[in-house]
Amino acid sequence: MTDMSYLDGNMLDGPLRELFAVDLSAATGRCQSCGMVAPVARLHVYSHAPGLVARCPACTEVMLRLVRAPDRAWLDLRGATFLQVPMPLEGRRPADPAGTRPVGGDRRGGRGGTG
Amino acid sequence: MGIVSPGFQGRRRMSGPALPPGQYLTEDFPVLSAGPTPKVPLDDWEFVLGTETGAEFRWTWPELMGLPQETPTVDIHCVTRWSKLGTSWQGVSLDTLLDGVDTAARYALVHSYGGYTTNLPLDDLRGGRAWVAHTYDGVPLPAEHGGPARLLVPHLYFWKSAKWVRGIRLLVDDQPGFWETAGYHDYGDPWREQRYQGD
Ligand SMILES: [Zn+2]
Repeated sequence: MTDMSYLDGNMLDGPLRELFAVDLSAATGRCQSCGMVAPVARLHVYSHAPGLVARCPACTEVMLRLVRAPDRAWLDLRGATFLQVPMPLEGRRPADPAGTRPVGGDRRGGRGGTG
Repeated sequence: MGIVSPGFQGRRRMSGPALPPGQYLTEDFPVLSAGPTPKVPLDDWEFVLGTETGAEFRWTWPELMGLPQETPTVDIHCVTRWSKLGTSWQGVSLDTLLDGVDTAARYALVHSYGGYTTNLPLDDLRGGRAWVAHTYDGVPLPAEHGGPARLLVPHLYFWKSAKWVRGIRLLVDDQPGFWETAGYHDYGDPWREQRYQGD
């Protein structure tokens, strides 16, 4: 069965950026239902709905829901046992005194460090 | 066959605005979905009404079709702000399904194939205001609109009219459903614009 009614998890980037300072587009999550660990970008997001419903690509259970009212938002992550977010190495944050540590040599992914 | 309520709707239109606050009129029928569309063969379909004491009442598809049918024409209002006027349905009234069901429950939690749930007071399923609908505009309800059968409770926002309805549990205490646990209103009266918790 094919179902083209959802978008991929990259579309969560903008809506979640409203709530979080971290970049969740590079995060991974573990499905509470089946245990699959998948990049947030690979979730199946149903957006023709009263809110955003992100489902596990393996078992289709709900991992994340985001409802946006004009003045409030609700985030439900009960379907995800964790979200793993890539972070700069401790002690190598860009905010460190300039020149004390090299920055970026071992970073993975094209988006890290570009802010 | 044939209990229609155009008079009720007509009175409303003459005496007040046709649209609840914050709604716009649409002529098409937008498809909203929080997940994959379940495919439910009619041979496997059943509707289960469960009471707070654990009693269960079940109907197969032929049994549902054998019950008295009604053909409501109603206005529907989606919380995403579209409204559609004068939609024509056929289905079985919840008054018929609840007839003879002994219960002291005040709340209902509606379950769907695919896992969706929504809650509402049991009283709102009574009084000729709610149906298990299987036909829309004269043809079998398409799967994307909730077929084989969906709940139809047009006096509340349309997320209460659960697609792919599978059963209803009658409860002593209110238990919030899928959208109601994520910020949406427990009752959802479009005329009072009860969209979110606290509205
Ligand atoms: Zn899963």
